[in-house]
Amino acid sequence: MKRPIIELENVQKYYGDYHALRGITTTIGEGEFFSLLGPSGCGKTTLLRTIAGFEDPSSGVLKIDGKDMDGVPANVRPTNMVFQSYAIFPHLTVEENVGFGLRRDPRSAADKARAVQEHLEMVGLKGYGKRAAHALSGGQRQRVALARALILKPKVLLLDEPLSALDKKMREQMQVELIRLQRQVGITFILVTHDQEEALVMSDRIAVMFEGQIAQLDDPETLYRLPKSRQVADFIGTMNFLPAQVLSETPDGFEVEVAGLGRAALTARQAPGRPTGDVAVGFRPETLTILYEGQQAADRESPGIVEEVVYYGDMTYYDVKLDGVAAPVRLSMRNVFGRPVLDRGTRTRVAWAPGALVLFR
Amino acid sequence: MANRLHRLGRSEAANGLVLVSPPAIFAVLLLAAPLGLLFLYSFLTDGYLTILWEFTFQNYRDAWSDPLVRTVMLRSLGVSMMVTAITVLLAFPVAYFVSFHVRPDRKSLWLFLITIPFWTSYLIRVFLWKVILGYNGVLNSGLLGLGLIDEPLTFILYNVNAVVITLAHAYAPFAILPIFVALEKIDRSLLEAGRDLGESDLMTFWRVTLPLSMSGVVAAVLIVFIPTIGDYVTPQLVGGPEGRMVANIIHLQYLRLDNYPAGSAIAVSAMVMVTAISLLFLFLNRRFLRGRK
Ligand SMILES: Nc1ncnc2c1ncn2[C@@H]1O[C@H](COP(=O)(O)OP(=O)(O)OP(=O)(O)O)[C@@H](O)[C@H]1O
Ligand SMILES: [Mg+2]
Repeated sequence: MKRPIIELENVQKYYGDYHALRGITTTIGEGEFFSLLGPSGCGKTTLLRTIAGFEDPSSGVLKIDGKDMDGVPANVRPTNMVFQSYAIFPHLTVEENVGFGLRRDPRSAADKARAVQEHLEMVGLKGYGKRAAHALSGGQRQRVALARALILKPKVLLLDEPLSALDKKMREQMQVELIRLQRQVGITFILVTHDQEEALVMSDRIAVMFEGQIAQLDDPETLYRLPKSRQVADFIGTMNFLPAQVLSETPDGFEVEVAGLGRAALTARQAPGRPTGDVAVGFRPETLTILYEGQQAADRESPGIVEEVVYYGDMTYYDVKLDGVAAPVRLSMRNVFGRPVLDRGTRTRVAWAPGALVLFR
Repeated sequence: MANRLHRLGRSEAANGLVLVSPPAIFAVLLLAAPLGLLFLYSFLTDGYLTILWEFTFQNYRDAWSDPLVRTVMLRSLGVSMMVTAITVLLAFPVAYFVSFHVRPDRKSLWLFLITIPFWTSYLIRVFLWKVILGYNGVLNSGLLGLGLIDEPLTFILYNVNAVVITLAHAYAPFAILPIFVALEKIDRSLLEAGRDLGESDLMTFWRVTLPLSMSGVVAAVLIVFIPTIGDYVTPQLVGGPEGRMVANIIHLQYLRLDNYPAGSAIAVSAMVMVTAISLLFLFLNRRFLRGRK
């Protein structure tokens, strides 16, 4: 683990009676790209604003770079924020916006002007310095907000849904640029988003939040492959659930009976969550494969019938009703050349592997 | 061409013009026509009870060489500048308080409360100030009763001070409202951004809130300055002889001396002065905003 830059210990936040943050304890490392992911109203912005110093925690400890932030106002914290609305000063030019925070910087005016130009260039706005800030597009504002924050060399850059106001194409482009920028400057980025894809693409680690609590904190792959609860699994991508029964449990793993799939042996790692009593087995759409005539499953296979076909060009999604299960499962197939798209109602066989299953108990 | 005219005839713009034309004609008749007449009179020759159709600049020459007119004109200017400064300086904190420190659901109540004094007529309010500021008025009796003064204060009525106090009170809401609106329009995240970028609350106010509320301040300044310079009722009632302003001598010329051309020349001079100062103010303000960024 890298050196911790942000330490949160049992941070609570009440808005009147409303309990917005319910005991957040976590550590964020230096240079990490960390995301806060969760549905609307789960407290992501509240947590980010608490770190920035715009909200005081009701209780708990927040340390930035080892220093307790209790009573430290926002303007002296070593953090800078990219606001969801970008908060570009409309009465200033692009340059003046970027240089806003340099007023007390001891460098000479010429050095500061050079720094402004460098940062404009860094975010791809070279030559835009003299423009009026209110005349910029959404993507350009975003870049100004980034440059304005990064020029102050904060220890932590806080980003509140910075891409949500951009169209899809622009968003994808900015995702890549943000990753590149983060690597270039090496500053810790904390990104708030409710877009799971964005979080998966960009982050070193993701904290999934529900109702003021962190439900799971892991790297994107672990989060995707081994979600600790059905709620997390549902929030990140698509997951199929089938009713199951635990037949036996040993320190090494489980023997389960899954509706539609049959018996399977799972390792202990495949049950990452704490037991809740509601037993089910989950698996991602891409871990299932349709078997065509003459194909053999590498591991296991189950029969079923194609109930729905959704064609996406590069992919086709099938809803397949496995024999003996009421609800269909969704699986995705790459449309490689020569592989026909099946019709609804086709009887088929589905290949699967016990290793791709996740047990929720 | 005909086709285009036809299209224009049926266009929304044409419909709009048709809709606004009655009030527009009304406005022209009520505003532009009297102004034009005033302008015309100011270049005609006074024939005592009639007006002679002889074009002349003499009215202006007379007006500007008359020391009384000059004194009164300068006094009007001074009074309205003072009233403007006092009103806007006092209005800003009130507007700021309502915009930033009053709960959103209470804001309209506050604005409502601010306008309450204006439910009575202007004339009655001026008279009330007379009652408050007079020799035996509320203020003097109160201070005498408390033993804070030995004899009634006389510098508060029938002079310029009384005019300034009364006008400042009269125009307060007209200054508060535009400033309030400008402050309301400021995206609150801009203030957080200011702090986030290392500025204290005070510096954020200076660098963000104030420049962004300037449009409201400018509106407030013009809204107060322009009408107060020509105010008639207040100086007439509480100003006394030393508090007389330009409207009072225009009134004198028109109705007492029946000299329409002279009155018109003074009126036009006052208008030109107001216009010039307002434009100068707008210009300086723009320079100031650009200079401090
Ligand atoms: N100033 C406030 N006063 C009262 N309640 C608040 C305040 N700010 C936030 N809340 C409440 O706290 C909860 C968490 O809000 P927060 O803004 O952190 O959500 P979020 O996860 O950022 O959601 P979104 O994705 O919609 O931005 C919400 O239920 C919200 O209504
Ligand atoms: Mg939010």
